[in-house]
Amino acid sequence: MAKGIRDKVAIIGMGCARFGERWDAGADDLMREAFDEATRDAGIGRDQLDAAWLGVFYDEQSVSKSALSLSMALRLPNIPVTRVENLCATGTEALRGAAYAVAAGACDIALAMGVEKLKDTGFGGLPERTKGTFEDLWQPGFTPPGAFAQLGAAYAAKHGIAIDQLKQAMAHVSVKSHANAMASPKAHLRKEISIEQVLAAPMIASPLGVLDCCGVSDGAACAIVTTPEIARQMGRHDAVVIKAMQLVPSNGYELSHAGWDGAYTPTTRLAAQRAYHEAGITDPRREVSLLEVHDCFSITELVLMEDLGFADEGQAVRDILDGCFDRNGRNPCQTDGGLKCFGHPVGASGIRMVYEIYNQLLGRAGPRQLAAPSIGLSHNLGGIPNRNIASVSLFGLKSL
Amino acid sequence: MRGVLAFGVCIPSLRLPRAVVARAMAWVNPGLNRQRGERTVCNWDEDTLTMGVEAARGALRDIARQSISNVVLASTTLPFADRSNATIVAGALGLSSTVSTQDSAGSQRAGTSSLAQAMLHSSSKNTLVIGADRRLAKPGSEQEMTYGHAGAALLVGDGAVIARYVGSSHHAADFVDHHRLADSSFDYSLEERWVSEEGWQKQVPAAIVDLLSEKSWLPTDVAHLLVNVSSNVGKKLAVLSGIPADRLADNLYDRVGDTGTGHPLLMLAAVLEKANAGERIVLVGFGQGVDVLLFEVTSAIDAWRRSRPVATALQERLEEQSYTRFLAHCGLLTPEFGMRSERDNRTAQTVAWRRHDELLTLTGGRCVRCGTIQFPLSGACVEPSCRQLGRQDPIALNEQHGRIKTFTEDWLAYSQRPPLVYGNVAFESGGNAFIEFTDFAPNEAAVGQEVRFVFRLKDVDRLRGFRRYFWKAAPVVGFRNGSH
Repeated sequence: MAKGIRDKVAIIGMGCARFGERWDAGADDLMREAFDEATRDAGIGRDQLDAAWLGVFYDEQSVSKSALSLSMALRLPNIPVTRVENLCATGTEALRGAAYAVAAGACDIALAMGVEKLKDTGFGGLPERTKGTFEDLWQPGFTPPGAFAQLGAAYAAKHGIAIDQLKQAMAHVSVKSHANAMASPKAHLRKEISIEQVLAAPMIASPLGVLDCCGVSDGAACAIVTTPEIARQMGRHDAVVIKAMQLVPSNGYELSHAGWDGAYTPTTRLAAQRAYHEAGITDPRREVSLLEVHDCFSITELVLMEDLGFADEGQAVRDILDGCFDRNGRNPCQTDGGLKCFGHPVGASGIRMVYEIYNQLLGRAGPRQLAAPSIGLSHNLGGIPNRNIASVSLFGLKSL
Repeated sequence: MRGVLAFGVCIPSLRLPRAVVARAMAWVNPGLNRQRGERTVCNWDEDTLTMGVEAARGALRDIARQSISNVVLASTTLPFADRSNATIVAGALGLSSTVSTQDSAGSQRAGTSSLAQAMLHSSSKNTLVIGADRRLAKPGSEQEMTYGHAGAALLVGDGAVIARYVGSSHHAADFVDHHRLADSSFDYSLEERWVSEEGWQKQVPAAIVDLLSEKSWLPTDVAHLLVNVSSNVGKKLAVLSGIPADRLADNLYDRVGDTGTGHPLLMLAAVLEKANAGERIVLVGFGQGVDVLLFEVTSAIDAWRRSRPVATALQERLEEQSYTRFLAHCGLLTPEFGMRSERDNRTAQTVAWRRHDELLTLTGGRCVRCGTIQFPLSGACVEPSCRQLGRQDPIALNEQHGRIKTFTEDWLAYSQRPPLVYGNVAFESGGNAFIEFTDFAPNEAAVGQEVRFVFRLKDVDRLRGFRRYFWKAAPVVGFRNGSH
């Protein structure tokens, strides 16, 4: 196995636009909002960027699927811009591109930007779209909640858990994220909710009620990366560095093979295993201080706790109800509110997760600051359980 | 010996109690309150074509597909006016591409006329005769009460027939008891008494008497008289033909309704599954003339008494208590289904043709190296320990059963009968399908449950006037026995 990029890339600046229903802003406004914060943070100007990566999912929904939307929005100095897309792992994919360029020595300083403008589509929820010329002919006309709800029925059956009990744990996941978002000023949904409210919410796709689903938001987030050496030359003493970035796409097993039971995401398990190896982590429950996972739906977060190794097989319900992933628990999860409450502008989400980890590691998380966190994990699941792209990334602090 | 080799039926599981219609519409015509019983209704994704496929699958259950040379689909409600409907049916049945396919239409007699013609085909050929209709009726009309939706299929050929064909006669007469223009949705029906007295009671007995005499059958030898008409009129016909009134076969109106072109075939199936060897049958078709067909049941019928497809299907009920949903399924009410229903359902015909075997018969692939079965068929094996690149052997999965691995009832997704139920189903042979379910009421599906696959309407392209079909997971036969 290749050595990977552990400690080879430092993040020297990050920015995140306020997420939400940004009726006031277009994609270009959101990108400028995030970029302005990141360049102030890094203390650099646009002319110091060598290249940029743009992550945006819904092609031509409101952002062009080329380099142009980023290059023109920021009036970049005609540097190379690469537009990437990997479903809900899009933001992470932009960061991976920028990080690889820096690690390879092709660039000194690179920008990764993720953006999505969803609230110009006229839809509540993610917009309806065709699934391709062949798949529309046979695949169900599914929605994202319906596709992820599959995990619920399968998980309950596999582990012999009553749906009501599963729903209690799922409700705990949502209530926790809502509580965390109260201390997260840029989050979309900032309102405390109760277990009873979650359980009584209208059904969207069984077993998911509306409060089991994440927000659909506008937003942008970006990161400026360089090498630790250049960061030191810029006068930095400590920096957040990338410990690992692993990406695992499905190859058809979950969609076509009878072997998958529908109760877990094999891609996440493999990505986690590779990322822990790249970062040299042997005991994630002890070593990872905070998690930002792809909680598009409460059941997803529940299943992911096992897939990422933070709960034993079949024990996620117990661990969640025991508070293991609450803000003051063993492995705090979604300290900024997660997709659930910070919001989920698809292309921006991966970088938004890193933004929270970055601020926590640097001690800048304000009222939601954890005590001396050392390693943060971000995880995306692009697509649906039947076919997806999992990314697991790890970040830590390094003295330069 | 030529005759009926096998039969199958499709009686949609949705049943509309006539009292539900009366409750909604008797303000128009208080006479509707007199109607009793229930009628069958197509689910939103059922039509003439899907019912035809399902009926034919029953008839072909134990029959080698290669033995079929002709397929005739008789209906006055074919979904396509210019695109061979029978060819779609033949494809979904996995029949050889050398099969002759023909749509037969234009009259309620199309089913019996097609059956009689099949009896006259050369002896080497087996012909599948299918009759099905999904007729619409205006809200508050008598037809809304009396019509039903169903299909039936008879396999005609030589050999070990269950009903030997004895003879037939045909009489053409442009007697307009009802009519429907080519571009109209509804029948226009004439006065019931005139239709009965000048039509049924004059034309049918004359035709029966002539044919019985020609074949030297005594009317009293007839065990079953099958006429698609009310039992009051039916009894009069029997008497006028010299056949004892108690020989009149059940018209299934109280549980199914008058299902149109396929109804005489459906009644024949219902009679056959209870008949005894040696019994004589008179089958009548009526519509701008009369067809009469004579059959004699053989001892081969004994094998069918166990399965009884009609009795089984009649028990498979899912009651429709919503009159407005029934109207919506018939296209007579357009609810606001929300923005998700605006999705463009254009069919890429290039793709549909390139992969038509897979789509028509739920065909997956079997890896030539490791034998793993997978859906959809691919040029690369999905088994993690194999991943062989290259050709896979096609394997039709539609006649297998499956087991539900996961599912959801999705109230957000667009469906004409919310919720949209879908999930992952493992095939008996191995392989997984992420697939829509149908005919499950809310809370009926469960992980681990066995399902079968049915050919249904997948999407409707309203913009371009196209309908596309695919397979869906449905409850197995007998799922609701005793539970409803």
